[in-house]
Amino acid sequence: MPGGAERVLRRRIGSVKNTKKITRAMELIAATRVARAQQRAKAARPYSEQLTSVIENLAAGGAEVDHPLLRQVEKVETVAFVICAGDRGLAGPYNAQVLRTAEREIQALRAEGGDYRILAVGRKVHDYFAFRNYRIDSDYAGFTDNPTFDDAVAIAHRVRELFDSGDVDQVELIYTEFVSLGTQRAVVRRFLPLEPISVVSGSGDAAALAGFSFEPSAEGVLQDLLPRYVEARLFTALLDAAASEHANRQRAMKAATDNAEELIVKLSRAMNRARQEAITTEIMEIVGGAEALGADSGSSEEPNLEEMLLATGWSAT
Amino acid sequence: MTMQIEFVSPEDVLYSGEGDQVVARTRGGGEIAFLTGHEPFIGSLVPCEVRVTEASGSVARFAVRGGFVSVAGPRVTVLSDYAIPATDIDVAAARSDLTAAQAAEQADPNDPEVRMALQWAEVRLAAAGEGVDTATH
Repeated sequence: MPGGAERVLRRRIGSVKNTKKITRAMELIAATRVARAQQRAKAARPYSEQLTSVIENLAAGGAEVDHPLLRQVEKVETVAFVICAGDRGLAGPYNAQVLRTAEREIQALRAEGGDYRILAVGRKVHDYFAFRNYRIDSDYAGFTDNPTFDDAVAIAHRVRELFDSGDVDQVELIYTEFVSLGTQRAVVRRFLPLEPISVVSGSGDAAALAGFSFEPSAEGVLQDLLPRYVEARLFTALLDAAASEHANRQRAMKAATDNAEELIVKLSRAMNRARQEAITTEIMEIVGGAEALGADSGSSEEPNLEEMLLATGWSAT
Repeated sequence: MTMQIEFVSPEDVLYSGEGDQVVARTRGGGEIAFLTGHEPFIGSLVPCEVRVTEASGSVARFAVRGGFVSVAGPRVTVLSDYAIPATDIDVAAARSDLTAAQAAEQADPNDPEVRMALQWAEVRLAAAGEGVDTATH
């Protein structure tokens, strides 16, 4: 039926236009959130930097400590994975990259006969591993796009519980590192045990500042300090992950908007062609009909095409 | 002569600038004031009010739940995982926390978390300038 194809296409164009509006809005929202997430990551940097420098000063001051968080095990049997991805999808390869990296790590560990614990940060992480019948130790959700320090503390608390009790020998942190606006990559980082302090302190600057006095004592300060350091590192990772998520979503939504635009152009062309075809067909029918009439009556007068068209109710507009 | 003072929390830098004096309370050491030229020092903080005397002479107050103070040369750095500027303290919330903590203390006076909650509520009220009559420490 003439006009049918045109109507179908018109409807599709309408729906693609709506999609484009939505993806465009999401792109703009993600863009502002990337900026804010970067701002937050920047604001959080002094704290972890200062903590690190205090640890360096402590090491320079000759603090020797046997802290549970430094406990190295010769044979690593159980490893906890803190996996940070998003709560929501529509962020391009963001979630998939982290999840794939994490699953590979877990499989490698199991191949060696080790046991795993999963701390799922982000709803997508929980869904992915629960669906594949992995055991999930604990899950955290609802804050991945805008994490607060309290969220980091909650996760750090569970991590320390596992590590202090000896349930796990090692903790790995899997998240997306925000390298720049254009580059983010999923990384696996050793989280616990912490590197021995002698390794942490490499700078000559700290050594030059030796001669510190401590209260209550170098060891006492370190006892308080290391848990804070763990929290700060986790918080930094969460902020990085949030910034990466927004950057990925912005890119994905930009691509979606561009695709929608392209599709609209293509569909509009198809629709115009369909309309043109329908018109041509109608004219051909009318002309054919008029000629048949003219031949039938046998009159010498040629039928007026315009009159014939108007008679059939066809309108030029 | 002034010194460079930084007050840093995990989410933000709360204070950064020149100042004359920082007063805090360290674990085991009681209240301690840092002036220009203090020897290099690292201390662990108990819940306390930290007072920063700015170069202009005005005093900035913070309620601090815990953290560290580090003095190195002309720089004093206060690191706290949880700190509130005195002007931002919710006095009503602190009061109700105090009542709850006092009730919990009656039940179990030795629970470290209860002691912590109690101290934290008192510190907040003190920093906000609201007198607390229970002079427990």
